[in-house]
Amino acid sequence: MRKGQTTRRKFLELAGGAAVVPVVTLRPLEATPAMLSAAIRSVVGEAPVRSGKVKIDIPPLVENGNTVPMTISVASPMTADDHVKSIHVFNEKNPQPNVGNFYIGPAAGRAQVSTRIRLADSQKVVAIARLSDDSFWSVSADVIVTLAACTDEVN
Amino acid sequence: MAALINVPPKAKRGDIIEIKTLMSHIMETGFRRTAAGDLVPRDIITSFTCRYNGSEIFRADLFPAISANPYLSFFTIAKDSGKFEFEWIGDNGFSATASASITVE
Repeated sequence: MRKGQTTRRKFLELAGGAAVVPVVTLRPLEATPAMLSAAIRSVVGEAPVRSGKVKIDIPPLVENGNTVPMTISVASPMTADDHVKSIHVFNEKNPQPNVGNFYIGPAAGRAQVSTRIRLADSQKVVAIARLSDDSFWSVSADVIVTLAACTDEVN
Repeated sequence: MAALINVPPKAKRGDIIEIKTLMSHIMETGFRRTAAGDLVPRDIITSFTCRYNGSEIFRADLFPAISANPYLSFFTIAKDSGKFEFEWIGDNGFSATASASITVE
């Protein structure tokens, strides 16, 4: 065996060694329901979350999960005494449970926010509104996605 | 860094007006891999703020689940003539600003 030349045996050792290196994923590629509830708890704390007042406008069936139009509105008079402080949007199955936090106030006049979101899979989208009396209201919507976003390969 | 801003140029005092903004940005999630298997590092806008004559009327924390070229629309009450200032801040030192003026009668 000559020095400086990779023998077949040596090559296979190296290749085999490389193959057994464990693939370490720091985060699961899918937010679990536990991650979703943890993300919600980090916003609302121990306060109860009631359903109602909030409305999600999102297509129930989307072809392309890369841009899903979404509008969140909250039934609120938006006065100095009774208004929406913030709206928080979460998802169930993207790699991360958060979608966005939107902070508004009585100057908004209308508690409504629109954006476009990514959905990695058919899943539930949850919106939670924090009112000026620090009560939390929520709604969820189910969306079926035929082409997923987020984790696809870069071309 | 191109921003598209849609603010009505004129409004009556007390009107509720809609503000639409779009910032061109890749919003790379940090979860995608190349064909070689390498993770593409995250590059997103993390925060957006809108000020109306100096006071904050809307702020957003954005996450990778927001689509590329983030679009945001929201409302405000037309109080006084003046200026809307928009600011986007993101990963890798990304920072962009834009402004629009309004005449309130």
